[in-house]
Amino acid sequence: MSGLAADAAALARKDLLLELRARETLPAMLLFVVTALVVFHFALPADVSDRAAGGLLWVAIVFTALLGLTRAFVAEREQGLLDALVLTPCDRAAIWIGKALAVLAFLVAAEVVALPAYALFFTELDAAAIVGVLLADLGICAVGTLVAAMAVAGRARELLLPLLFLPLAIPIVVGGVGATVGDDPARSLAFLALYDAIFAILCFASFEYVVTE
Amino acid sequence: MSTWSRNSSWAAAVPCAAAALLLLGLGLALFWAPEDADQGISQKIFYVHVPVALTAYAGFGWGAWKALRLLWTGEERYDLESYTAVHMGTIFGVLTLVTGSIWAKVSWGVWWSWSERQLVLFLILFLFYSAYFMLRYSLDPGPRRQRSSAVYALFGVVLIPISFLAIRLAEDLIHPVVFTREGPQMSDSMFTTFCVCLAGMLALAGALYRVELAGKRIDERVRELRELLAAEPVRQHVLTEVRS
Repeated sequence: MSGLAADAAALARKDLLLELRARETLPAMLLFVVTALVVFHFALPADVSDRAAGGLLWVAIVFTALLGLTRAFVAEREQGLLDALVLTPCDRAAIWIGKALAVLAFLVAAEVVALPAYALFFTELDAAAIVGVLLADLGICAVGTLVAAMAVAGRARELLLPLLFLPLAIPIVVGGVGATVGDDPARSLAFLALYDAIFAILCFASFEYVVTE
Repeated sequence: MSTWSRNSSWAAAVPCAAAALLLLGLGLALFWAPEDADQGISQKIFYVHVPVALTAYAGFGWGAWKALRLLWTGEERYDLESYTAVHMGTIFGVLTLVTGSIWAKVSWGVWWSWSERQLVLFLILFLFYSAYFMLRYSLDPGPRRQRSSAVYALFGVVLIPISFLAIRLAEDLIHPVVFTREGPQMSDSMFTTFCVCLAGMLALAGALYRVELAGKRIDERVRELRELLAAEPVRQHVLTEVRS
C-alpha cells in the first residue's frame, strides 16, 4: 500500500510541477469559474431567491471541473506518455489516484477563489455547503478522471467527456444543492459521502481495464 | 451464427411465447382485471408501462453482467452480448419514457413531471446510455473499446440505485407507490395480469436480444470474411512471387 501511495504521490507531484511550470490549466479554470458566476448574475432575474443562486454555484463547479478534466490527459496524449505509464512497474490504480489528486488540487484551488467570489456576488455559504463542496470534489475527481481516461482514447475526446461525465455527475449536483440550500443538509452530505465511497471503489477497481490494451 | 441454427427450435419458441403471453396479458388487462377505483381505464397502461420499465432494468442488468464477465474472463464474445443487452435496455427505456409520459398526461394533465421518480430516473439513464453508445462509436474496435464499454456499462447499474436515492432526496412525491414493503398493493387479479404482462415483455426482450445478437455476429463475420477476401489477391501474389 505504501508503494501505491508513493507512486500516486509521485505522479500527482509530476502533474502539479508541470502545471506550475506551464500554467495552462489552473488560470483557465479560475477565469472560467469567475466569468461563469458573472454570467449567472445576468442570467438570473433581479428578484430571484438565494436558493436559485445556490443551484448555479453547482453548475459553475461542475463545468469548471469539466474544464480541468478535459485537460487532464492532454500532456499524456500529446507525448504518447499513457502507454509508458501503463508499462511502468506500478499498480495501474496509482495512475488513477495520482491524476485524480492533481485534478482535485486544481479544482480546490479554483474553488478557493470561486467560493469567496460567490459569497461576494450572491450570498454567504455556511459550513455544510463548504463540506458539501469538498465531498463533491472527491466524487467529481474520482469519476471524472476515469471517464477522462476513457474519452482520451476516443476520436472526439473533447466532445465525448462531457457526455460521459454529466449523467454521472447528476447525483453529485443533487447532493450538493441539498447541502447548500436544502432543509436537511446532513442527509445530503451523507449521500455525497456514499456516492464518493461507492464510485471511488468502482473506479479504483476498474481503471486498469480502461487504460490497458 | 452456429448457436442460432443449433438452437433453432428455442429460437422460435421464445418469440412465440412472447406473442402468446403478451396477447394473453392484453386480454387479461382489458377484460379480467378490475378497473382502478381512482384512475379508471387509464390505469390499464400500468400493465404496459411497468413491465416495460422492469424489462429495461433487466436489459441494463444483463448488459452489466456480461460486461463483468468480459472483464473477468477476457472473452471477446461477451462484448457483443453486453452491447446488445444495453441496446435492448435503452430501447425499452425509451418506451418507458413514452408510456410514462402518456400516463402522466392522462393522470395529472402534464406530459412531464419532475416529481415522477421513475420517469426522471429513466431520463437520466437514457442520457447515460446514450453516452455509452457515443463512447462505443468514438473508440476504434479492439480490446480497449470492449473494456471501456464494459466499465461504463457497469457504472450504469451502480448509477441506477444512486440516482434513485438522489431523486428521492430531491423531490416531492406524487408518484403512486404500488410496491411497498408490505407487498404489492393491488388485488390478486391485477397482480396476476401484471405478472403475465411482465413475463411477456421479458420474453419479447429475450427474443429481440437473440435476433439482434445473431445479426451483429453475422455482421462481424461478414466483415472478417470481406477483409480476408480483400487480402486474398495479395496473398496469391506473394505466394507466386515466393514460388518463382
